[in-house]
Amino acid sequence: MSGVSVTKETDDARPASGDLVVLSNVNKHFGALHVLQDIDLTIARGEVVVVIGPSGSGKSTLCRAINRLEPIDSGSISLDGKPLPAEGKELARLRADVGMVFQSFNLFAHKTVLENVTLGQIKVRKKDKALADEFARTLLDRVGVANQADKYPAQLSGGQQQRVAIARALAMEPKVMLFDEPTSALDPEMINEVLEVMQQLARDGMTMVVVTHEMGFARSAANRVVFMADGQIVEEATPEQFFTNPRSDRAKDFLSKILHH
Amino acid sequence: MFDFLEGYDLLGAFWVTVQLAVFSGIGSLVLGTILAAMRVSPVPLMRGFATVYVNVVRNIPLTVIIVFASLGLADIFGITLGAADDFDALSFRLAILGLTVYTAAFVCEAIRSGINTVPVGQAEAARAIGLNFTQVLSLIVLPQAFRSVIGPLTNVLIALTKNTTVAAAIGVAEAALLMKEMIENESQLILISAIFAFGFVVLTLPTGLILGWVAKRVAVKR
Repeated sequence: MSGVSVTKETDDARPASGDLVVLSNVNKHFGALHVLQDIDLTIARGEVVVVIGPSGSGKSTLCRAINRLEPIDSGSISLDGKPLPAEGKELARLRADVGMVFQSFNLFAHKTVLENVTLGQIKVRKKDKALADEFARTLLDRVGVANQADKYPAQLSGGQQQRVAIARALAMEPKVMLFDEPTSALDPEMINEVLEVMQQLARDGMTMVVVTHEMGFARSAANRVVFMADGQIVEEATPEQFFTNPRSDRAKDFLSKILHH
Repeated sequence: MFDFLEGYDLLGAFWVTVQLAVFSGIGSLVLGTILAAMRVSPVPLMRGFATVYVNVVRNIPLTVIIVFASLGLADIFGITLGAADDFDALSFRLAILGLTVYTAAFVCEAIRSGINTVPVGQAEAARAIGLNFTQVLSLIVLPQAFRSVIGPLTNVLIALTKNTTVAAAIGVAEAALLMKEMIENESQLILISAIFAFGFVVLTLPTGLILGWVAKRVAVKR
């Protein structure tokens, strides 16, 4: 499935359809632990892929590998036809095109909400401050925290912080958004406000890779569910098929544990 | 009671002390920050250099460094910092150089401990929006690191202020040199010592109080 697309030549003027993120034969070790084993995964433009699986299955590592926050040992990852560069300026430019939302929000603690959302626009995209401010306010309004723009992250609730983090990532106008367990650190009553923003993004056609334990979100927003266990992709299917009729025993076992009590 | 003070330029001597402290304070903050950045950089050569620098310099007595600056750098290698003909200016500049080089090692370690207090997620988020190493460090990590180490840095700056007395060893006309001269010429040993001790407290106490207040003001809430 992915073998075809890795051979594509670098080309800036590509059509709006086709494969956006291609992982091919990706391997990664943490010491003796083989955390990603021969991962092949292709994500099409506009597709929402939800990655689920038990703890330690490598799903977060997979997500972080896509913008090279985790270096990989072998294999290749390409974004929009361009292979991921090793380090330096090229990598920084490529990261700007990949939005990332973390489990622990990671908003810049010494900057206001507005500054969090404008920083990348000004320093990376070299935008004029007034334009950056305007766009930031639009995004903050879109995620429903426009009235918190001048506060510091620590003054916001977890759900608000995570929505600001989504706005910060969107401010870079990314080609793809990565969500690494975005609701796992939230109080239960705040999970929905974040999921609603993500649902809206999915409806707007954003390409998304979402690592999550929220099965409801997987069912309603995903085009495809990728089930990982022990560093491997065990099963890929539409949400409907995966939740009603999983093929692998490992997936059946996992679903029985999370759905039946 | 204080007539023995006549003929001595007490304020002038302390003014030199203040200048030594301020110039080497600024110098060591700059050099120490660069060293701290090197210690966390991804380039092994830079990390190695900064580590060796810190471990060598902080273990040499300041007197040795200052005397070497005067006898070694100036007399043997002819490094005169643009003041070859003016002995006073030369000693003054060499003392600042020595104090800066020495204090920078301590500043570096204070800042490095501050960098360690910044959660790794802050740097990851900064990298994720496309900032490069220098930007991550200067925009996200160092501003937060500085705020958390104002306390330890205050200690370093107070120690620096008192360490300026070592400059007397190479003839810089600062407070300690004048004290030595006065003790030799006058009979008021205890009173003279008390006056100079008080002078240093006047310089360092406000530093501590003001920076303590600043530290509270700018603390990063998490």
